[in-house]
Amino acid sequence: MTVDIDKTGGPERTPPGGPEAIKAIPVRHYGRYVSAVVAIALFAAIIYAFAQGKINWGAVPDYFFDDRIIKGVGQTMLLTVLSMLIGIVGGILLAVMRLSKNPVTSSIAWFYIWFFRGTPVLVQLVVWFNLGLVFEYINLGPVYKDEWSNFMTPLLTALLGLGLNEAAYMAEICRAGLLSVDEGQTEAAHALGMSHGKTLRRIVIPQAMRVIVPPTGNEVINMLKTTSLVSVVQFAELFRYAQDIGQSSGAPVEMYFLAAAWYLVLTSVLSVGQYYIERYYARGSSRALPPTPLQKIRANVLSLSNRSGGGATA
Amino acid sequence: MTADVTKVDPGTPKDSGTPMVKAEGVHKSFGPVEVLKGIDLEVKPGEVFCLIGPSGSGKSTFLRCINHLEKVNAGRLYVDGELVGYRQKGDKLYELKDSEVALKRRDIGMVFQRFNLFPHMTATENVMEAPVQVKGVSRAQARERAGQLLERVGLGDKAGNYPSQLSGGQQQRVAIARALAMEPKLMLFDEPTSALDPELVGDVLDVMRDLAESGMTMVVVTHEMGFAREVGDSLVFMDGGVVVESGHPRDVLTNPRHERTQSFLSKVL
Repeated sequence: MTVDIDKTGGPERTPPGGPEAIKAIPVRHYGRYVSAVVAIALFAAIIYAFAQGKINWGAVPDYFFDDRIIKGVGQTMLLTVLSMLIGIVGGILLAVMRLSKNPVTSSIAWFYIWFFRGTPVLVQLVVWFNLGLVFEYINLGPVYKDEWSNFMTPLLTALLGLGLNEAAYMAEICRAGLLSVDEGQTEAAHALGMSHGKTLRRIVIPQAMRVIVPPTGNEVINMLKTTSLVSVVQFAELFRYAQDIGQSSGAPVEMYFLAAAWYLVLTSVLSVGQYYIERYYARGSSRALPPTPLQKIRANVLSLSNRSGGGATA
Repeated sequence: MTADVTKVDPGTPKDSGTPMVKAEGVHKSFGPVEVLKGIDLEVKPGEVFCLIGPSGSGKSTFLRCINHLEKVNAGRLYVDGELVGYRQKGDKLYELKDSEVALKRRDIGMVFQRFNLFPHMTATENVMEAPVQVKGVSRAQARERAGQLLERVGLGDKAGNYPSQLSGGQQQRVAIARALAMEPKLMLFDEPTSALDPELVGDVLDVMRDLAESGMTMVVVTHEMGFAREVGDSLVFMDGGVVVESGHPRDVLTNPRHERTQSFLSKVL
């Protein structure tokens, strides 16, 4: 890594015996200065407006680590992770079904995707919530038997609503990933005597992951935010708790800002995680792995010191 | 050193009478297009059998039929005396299950024009994959054997590299090692040097020559006439889905009897 960084400092030095390095006056981009000033001014104006507004900013840090908020954050995370799990497992299953040669399974998968992608998730949540109108009891023979309202807890309603909807989207992402792997890979694996299942698991899916992970990261972040909808099925999470506190403490708008800040914190953490997962699946695809953020920072610092060193000698 | 790595005993296969590959009137169509129009040929054990011909003549398709990557539409194709892809009971043919087809493919190594190495695995892992996953060989044992095979193809120092870090010729040699790891009795080569820089062709041909000398039965689709003449034991010239001419490579390449062969060779040589 450090070898590469040394090279970037290289061209500035005159090679021994070679022609003198060019020292020209760079072009001045006045347009850039002007647009930068305008952008900063606009940004400052917006900040000023919000600081001036009738918002009690002090309430945000006061409640930021409130027990209920922390509990809400936990519930939001739990719901995100579990729904995505349902979504990913269901998505892979649906993708394999859609690509299967069996016309029945592939049309079932097509129908599922058509239905769940074609209706709003909020509507789906409400439908799940009201399914008690259709089923009074749940009866799985000797295994489980209960009244529907006892069985369908808010958590289960939220999970089904979000997870099944997500599976439809994940199915398309997974299908794109599986199709992106060259057919020669499957042929090579089959020629070595590997079964369909082994070929899929050992050869195709690991390569499909490179295509699947980035949009899935997007989906996770989307899911995290979509969980704020589940208050309609009486499941309490970050947004719901923030609303409750807002009503009892008399600072409702402030609590919305607080929730927004928490969502930003969570999505930022997720983005970092996504970066490392992508890096893992990139192995073998390019000659050198992309640097980690830490390595990037170190490289920048080094190149800065290199540049100042070069300036001193000149 | 190469001798102890080679498990193929050049003596035994030759005394057994059954041909390694036997084709009787093999037909293959893709939709309305008939690619193979009745191929008859025989590959003896221990032989290097070269298939040449213009592109579109069906030689790659025929090669892919041998390990059932393509289904034969008519005729019979046998590998080591056993019918490919089907089981015959009386006068009825039964399609083999996927697992049975996979079982037969273990004994047939294949090398592709575009290498088809697994890009997410290092050279060693590529060679280890099938023995571990298909034959259930222990990882340690497979790793050791992979090392020997990579050494044999002259890539002992590239064991830890990913395919993207290897040149085309090196990738193709890893692919050969990967096929050899299953200890096949038959190796199929589908234009193994066509995607390579001219400079790198020699390394791959050297490995193939070495393999031929060790007694491996090889069916090679190739445009390398020099290799065919030097290493080949039999040669078939195909055009338009039929065998136009066959015989010993030296005879066919220097004294083609058929007009079509003559015009093809005059353009290639």
